[in-house]
Amino acid sequence: MAENKKWLPRWFYQMASPRWCYEFCGRLLPWFVVAAVLLLGAGTAWALAWAPADYQQGNSFRIIYIHVPAAILAQSCYMLMAVAGAIGLIWKMKVADMVAKSCAPIGATIAVLALATGAIWGKPTWGAWWVWDARLTSMLVLLFLYLGVIALHSAMESENTAAQATSVLALVGLVNIPIIKYSVEWWNTLHQPATFTLTEKPAMPMEMWLPLLVMVIGFYCFFSVSLMLRVRNEILHRERRAGWVRTLLEKA
Amino acid sequence: MNPKRKQRLLLVLFIVFGVSIAVGLTMYALSQNINLFYSPKQIVAGEAPVDTRIRAGGMVVDGSVKRDPNSLAVSFDMTDYESTVTVQYTGILPDLFREGQGIVAQGKMDSSGIFQAVEVLAKHDENYMPPEVAEALEAAGKMPQPEAEVFNK
Repeated sequence: MAENKKWLPRWFYQMASPRWCYEFCGRLLPWFVVAAVLLLGAGTAWALAWAPADYQQGNSFRIIYIHVPAAILAQSCYMLMAVAGAIGLIWKMKVADMVAKSCAPIGATIAVLALATGAIWGKPTWGAWWVWDARLTSMLVLLFLYLGVIALHSAMESENTAAQATSVLALVGLVNIPIIKYSVEWWNTLHQPATFTLTEKPAMPMEMWLPLLVMVIGFYCFFSVSLMLRVRNEILHRERRAGWVRTLLEKA
Repeated sequence: MNPKRKQRLLLVLFIVFGVSIAVGLTMYALSQNINLFYSPKQIVAGEAPVDTRIRAGGMVVDGSVKRDPNSLAVSFDMTDYESTVTVQYTGILPDLFREGQGIVAQGKMDSSGIFQAVEVLAKHDENYMPPEVAEALEAAGKMPQPEAEVFNK
């Protein structure tokens, strides 16, 4: 067993301890709150006031600064949920199960935001709120996967069985992520190709792209904050009989 | 890794890759149904069904838009730089509709080979730029041009 321990870094095993994870998140939380507030505030102001309007769409293009970060985050959150679920399945790690459970409602909300902003943007530019093209449909499937995970989890009484079942569902749904990403390349869609790539030269000038980058990072910080809050709640709830939680609550 | 975990890891990998292969093959088999629209090339080649409602997508040909001065009727040519289809439509066009713009129209091919549209949607590309930049690029003739492959997948 001793040599097995070296197989993964130490923090991985530390994270497995709910108490350690609770305290670690508590220490990180204020930094992420500050970063999220600053980045989202600055990014929104920059996007609304200083970024130039588009030559074709005018000011309605500015919804991109909510739409694209939300769409990216909804997919990242799903990947995190599936990976945490897999870790929970393989290592039987309670904290990973809690992370996976906490991801689902956040991801569902962000997916709704991405779909709603997309519809609001679609009406003035394309001329339709909704089109059943591959990108929009696969994104809707992502929302349904999140809702399925939430429903499945709440339908089961035992936390462990629920975690196992939802992890399998999340892993099955993982195939949807590359479909969303490449839908605009594989098929004819009304949706335009990817706007925000880190690997290629951006398809927009710097003064439009930088506020978008700020917003994307801000969304990730906001996501970290809400995830850590939820995970900490979940830890307290599930470890409520443990000694350290009792002392913590008595002190508060 | 102990054998139990290894077994579970293999199970997880089996789920992910098994599902990917199954879904991949299904998508491959259904690829034409997943496409939102037919390109003019496919329509001219007779790959699109006649007399059923389909969508067609392409670029509006420069100088081809003819508006009826007394009604909302409009006719224009739509191309993917390989084939061209004439579209007739009566109604309000989206704001982004213009010559050289990508559009997706829903409607039927009639017997004379004209596409009778009931809905026209504008398709824009991922190149966003401020108006000054667009003017400068236009003047220099360096405006990014959509390629035929955008409409011919």
